[in-house]
Amino acid sequence: MTAPSPPPPLLEARNVQKHFGRVVALREANFTLRPNEVHAIVGDNGAGKSTLIKIISGVYHADSGEIAIDGRPVTIANPREAREFGIETVYQDLALADHLDSSGNLFLGREQLRPPPLSWFGFLDKKAMRRRAQEEMRRLKIGIQSVDQPVLSLSGGQRQAVAVARAIAWGRRIVIMDEPTAALGVRESSMVLELIKEVRSQGLAVIMVSHNLPEVFAVADRITVLRLGRTIVTLDKSETSLEDVVGMMTGALAVAA
Amino acid sequence: MTSKAEVESVESEEAPHVGERTRRDRATEALGRSWLLLFLIALIGYFWLSTPSGTFLTWTNLEQIALNTSEVILLAIGETFVIVTAGIDLSIGGILFFSAVAGGEVMIHLAGTSEQTINGQYPHSGLAIPVGIAVCILAGTTWGLINGTLITKLRLPPFIVTLGTFGMTFGFGDLISGGSYLPSPVPPALSSHFGNGKILGLSSPIYVAIFFLIVAHVVFHHTRFGRYTAAIGSNQEGTRRTGIAVDRHIIKVYGLAGFLAGVAAVLDLAIFTNTTSVSHQTDNLSAIGAVVIGGTSLFGGVGTVLGSAVGAFVPTVLQNGLVIEAVQPFWQEVVVGAAIILAVYVDQVRRRRANR
Repeated sequence: MTAPSPPPPLLEARNVQKHFGRVVALREANFTLRPNEVHAIVGDNGAGKSTLIKIISGVYHADSGEIAIDGRPVTIANPREAREFGIETVYQDLALADHLDSSGNLFLGREQLRPPPLSWFGFLDKKAMRRRAQEEMRRLKIGIQSVDQPVLSLSGGQRQAVAVARAIAWGRRIVIMDEPTAALGVRESSMVLELIKEVRSQGLAVIMVSHNLPEVFAVADRITVLRLGRTIVTLDKSETSLEDVVGMMTGALAVAA
Repeated sequence: MTSKAEVESVESEEAPHVGERTRRDRATEALGRSWLLLFLIALIGYFWLSTPSGTFLTWTNLEQIALNTSEVILLAIGETFVIVTAGIDLSIGGILFFSAVAGGEVMIHLAGTSEQTINGQYPHSGLAIPVGIAVCILAGTTWGLINGTLITKLRLPPFIVTLGTFGMTFGFGDLISGGSYLPSPVPPALSSHFGNGKILGLSSPIYVAIFFLIVAHVVFHHTRFGRYTAAIGSNQEGTRRTGIAVDRHIIKVYGLAGFLAGVAAVLDLAIFTNTTSVSHQTDNLSAIGAVVIGGTSLFGGVGTVLGSAVGAFVPTVLQNGLVIEAVQPFWQEVVVGAAIILAVYVDQVRRRRANR
């Protein structure tokens, strides 16, 4: 009676440690991402959430521990390599070029060029990029009327949507979102949460870092709780409650290992 | 949890608001872009009416104005790219001077012995001129690359680096030339065939300025190079995170400004047959003034090459008109100064609108 072995997790972080000088940011972080799930990482300030996702997105390097993709150990040296693994990150500050339009931001660093010989001189195929940007916005149900207005003139939620659209357009497997609603109002936050569900329905996995537990409970499938640089527990949303998670974040509620 | 319907209603409520804001932005932008051209046309109109007929608005005089502006236009093109990256280049006048001295000395020494050249004989002009031109351009590009490298690799503010190279270029240039004119003028063939030469009735150097203006305009608005320049000025860190080699691009942009200063040095030698540091001390301010008056934001991210060219004409038209009117030409400095303040004010208002 041999059950088929379960498929390896999409991404796994094992016993990851990270120091900044004498400060220990991560002591023992463990994290497993399944395909096609929205996985929230929660924790109090200084729990190591940002450090963990920056290691996954190639911004920081772990001092020790292991990152595996599809069960194979990998090293992610920089954000460019993370992208080669199909991992895209939406940074908290969005990293948009305000004076470029949404189409320009979507393609920043990956511009589509006109056919040769114009491509030899770096001539941009603006029309094709605009068309593709429009398709992308439609696919994600993002309500931006014109993709050729500078993102400076967009609302906070729309700017977030552009940053998310960029991540999804290029992310083949994993989209990381760092506090995606931190700077947004209530209505705009709900728009972004819809967007996260939309990303999952397109077949990608989402890692979401958030302070906002009601939002986490609204969209996440699983929740990993970090405290003082350690993974406390990973839970299915259905088997826990907001109060329990708060207790685990603060250490008021002990977790049976 | 929010339903789709709710999300859509969020969008539809925001939609007219956003549209309205953009329309107003576009109107402000269009005004910001066109007020300068209107100002220049009004200025030309004013001088046309206030000077005796046949003095200001003649082909010869307008051509002279264009010729006088051609060097500043080249400098202003490079400065536009630099300022759009949210940088500044104070050294381009110095680079122009150094390149002109370096290229000029090479031309003179290759063209004949010092006895020959002092007596106005240049037996080897055919070799000396192209080599000298190459030296001008190479020297300019090199200084530009030095600027860019120091700014990116040592992480120093562009203002400080280019203030330093501003001093160094003038110092080295004067060391080479002995602090005065070159020992003899550059080979006269350079000015007779190029500097004072004409193509279809228009002075040849003007074509050089127009050529680089068109190329730079196309590069700025239609190529990846221009796109990266604006992106870096808009959000340097964000651009870096998208995987763009930001440092390398910044070095290229300062290299471009140096290259164009080198080309301007060739024009300088061709038009005036000689050069001195005194005549280039304030070229950097002329170029920066032209860029700012032209509507490029000092904060980076947005700019216009053609605007900078129009901006370059404001001082020269004023200078020329006031001289013909026999008014103290010092008024030119006053008016240009006021125009710079006004231009930056317009830019600030535009930014405040956009950020609201």
